[in-house]
Amino acid sequence: MFERHRREISLIAAILLLGAVLAAAAPGFFTFANQRDLVLANMPVLIVALGMVLVILTGQIDISVGSQFAICSVATGVFARMGLPTPLAGAAACLLGALMGALNGALVAWVRIPAIVVTLATMVALRDGLRWVTQGAWVENLPPGFQWFGQSQEVSEAITIACALALTVGVSWGLRNLAAGRVVYATGSDPNAARLAGVNPAGVVFAVFVITGALTGFAAVFNAVRFHQIPSNAGMGLELKVIAAAVVGGVAISGGRGTIAGTMLGLLLLGVIGPALTFLGLSAYWERAIEGGIILAAVSMDAVRVHSGKYGNVVGAQRA
Amino acid sequence: MALLDATAISKAFAGVQALKAVSFELRSGEVHALLGENGAGKSTLIKVMTGAVTADSGTLLIDGHLVAHNTPALARSLGVAAVYQQPALFPDLTVAENIALALEGAGLWRKVDWKVRDRRARELLERTGADIAPERAVWTLSMPEQQIVEIAKAIGARSKILILDEPTASLTEREVERLFRVIQTLRGEGAGIVYISHRLDEVSAIADRVTVLRDGRSIATCEMRGVDRSELIRLMVGRDIDAIFPKREVPIGEVVLETRGLSCNASGVRDVTLSVRRGEIFGLAGLVGSGRSELAETLFGLTPADGGEILLRGNAVRIDSPADAIRLRIGYLPEDRRQHGVVLEMPVAANTSLANLRAVSSHGMIDQTAERDLARGYVERLRIKTHSLYAETGSLSGGNQQKVALARWLAIEPAVLILDEPTQGVDIGSKSEIHEMMVNLAEQGLAIVMISSELPEILGMSDRIAVMHGGTITGILTRAEATQEKILAMALGHA
Repeated sequence: MFERHRREISLIAAILLLGAVLAAAAPGFFTFANQRDLVLANMPVLIVALGMVLVILTGQIDISVGSQFAICSVATGVFARMGLPTPLAGAAACLLGALMGALNGALVAWVRIPAIVVTLATMVALRDGLRWVTQGAWVENLPPGFQWFGQSQEVSEAITIACALALTVGVSWGLRNLAAGRVVYATGSDPNAARLAGVNPAGVVFAVFVITGALTGFAAVFNAVRFHQIPSNAGMGLELKVIAAAVVGGVAISGGRGTIAGTMLGLLLLGVIGPALTFLGLSAYWERAIEGGIILAAVSMDAVRVHSGKYGNVVGAQRA
Repeated sequence: MALLDATAISKAFAGVQALKAVSFELRSGEVHALLGENGAGKSTLIKVMTGAVTADSGTLLIDGHLVAHNTPALARSLGVAAVYQQPALFPDLTVAENIALALEGAGLWRKVDWKVRDRRARELLERTGADIAPERAVWTLSMPEQQIVEIAKAIGARSKILILDEPTASLTEREVERLFRVIQTLRGEGAGIVYISHRLDEVSAIADRVTVLRDGRSIATCEMRGVDRSELIRLMVGRDIDAIFPKREVPIGEVVLETRGLSCNASGVRDVTLSVRRGEIFGLAGLVGSGRSELAETLFGLTPADGGEILLRGNAVRIDSPADAIRLRIGYLPEDRRQHGVVLEMPVAANTSLANLRAVSSHGMIDQTAERDLARGYVERLRIKTHSLYAETGSLSGGNQQKVALARWLAIEPAVLILDEPTQGVDIGSKSEIHEMMVNLAEQGLAIVMISSELPEILGMSDRIAVMHGGTITGILTRAEATQEKILAMALGHA
């Protein structure tokens, strides 16, 4: 039990410890308003992280999600101003996200360019393409029914949280119980072995990039409706937050290992640490440094386990 | 005068005895051929000479020095150089730089004298008689040219002992002639050359003496002039058949798998025509590199055929991917089990169902109970030793991993099962269990294609034996007419 869920248990312990410190030193952290803001601010990150986990599980990476997020955010607003009802504008933004994911996926899966290079290129190209088109202007004068999906703020927030949690449970369940999820793990663990078992690894890689694009669109929509204007520079640094959550949550960057539950805990720890510093009266300048330390600690834990555990020192018998 | 004298060398890898008290002597000014089947111990013996592995026991004298703990650096300093089939050069550096790296001393900050580098490379290449410009990048060279560069490196290092491992495997006749001239020059200068090749013609043309290895033992050392080819083949085979194979006669049914003129340009499979029947174990023999595994990969859709036909129960089929093959119920257990036969990070149960997820799921949803029952069935049937169905497959022993791989293919209820070296690196117990399993499967009506480098296994398990050489089948023998000598002669291309 402990062996199998070691990462999850250590994360829960770290989160509880941080919670205990906060409860003692800064009880104000636990006010409802603060908690709500924290949760809502992190919902889009969670949704994007679901896709990122799939991508990393197949042994790939997508650092263009921040730029995709910006484009989908702006697109949602533009579609809404064109007169589309908010749900339809949102669906169109998801489709746009899926298309951008398809571009990444096709280049990685079939043209066989390394994912880091492809998505570095699309990260820059999409971000600057958007800047060129919008000239840096924000989307304003949104139709009245746009913000909060035309509902009260409470209802809209409830919808956001419900959708994010439903997606999280869905992806987590699917990874364990769908043949498609099994194939994701197989592709990331050993693409050659997967191919020998009749899996089409290129198809799987393409699919996870498309799903990530669509989920990024989804996240952008839920983020956009929280405000009455949409910044054209949304999602700056989002890719790092998301990848960090996955890595801290125990998803192996080499693919094949990791869970959604772990990623959620990783996101929780990283999401709480910044505001917690403010509440504890420490300089916010320490936030990034501490986050970096957490990531290093997590990765070191993996390395120690891999090299000393039962998978270390497995050297194939050589034969003449 | 002996340049190198190895006496009673033994070496075991993970319990497998690769060398058993082997003795080998190399004199100055001779070409000494080393012959033996796949797995006879040739590679291990040269690794002992070059310091790539350390012998468990025995004494090694190199150039008069007693070498207790051989290392690559020590062997090199004593004048041992080896040229392998796959040259180990830096592809992005030039020929001159590659040669310099091997010859110039250490010192990260010393100044490079490019003129000297260039001149020396030119001189060394000239001595090999090859026309290769020193400023060319190595990746632009052909395989034989790269081998020449390796030899130039060896000459430059004033190596007195040159080991050539299958140097002519990818050479044309003209290139072989040129290589032989280089070898003769070096011999004339008093070097000793260890020459490994499967081409008996070449061996009799160039070698002065020959040592035959079999099953990790040195069987005989003799003057090349005194032996003929059939004598050499007789010495190479005759491996002890220590295992008793659980082969049973089962009724042979209709043809299941048939190929007509099957070719695949990319992998070198040429014009393969064969047929495998229900209940039959069809052995594929041949040396490493003869195209056996490549043929299997073509049949399984990994390197799809670009010529000829594949027929399944008389119907022409296209197999362009492993998924196609699995749909047609063809299973393939690859040679490289540790690499690709199973997904090491996945649990036993998930590995068992991976090729046939459809059978344990409905509407894309995996029925965990069905999967567990499937896996448990095979764990019991194949006696897979694992503490849990959900243990990572990588934590199992080699033999048990192999059984998990086999379980996966049995789970697709195959009509044809292709087994590539199914018992390589597997302990004796698991080995006979796998043999037993093969016979049972044949009895149930499977058509089995078994690739093996172990002649006793081929002879002991097969109903018919096809021998491959140079990407094609050079002959098919029945169980009754097959002997180790006949198979080896065909595998060497002398049939």
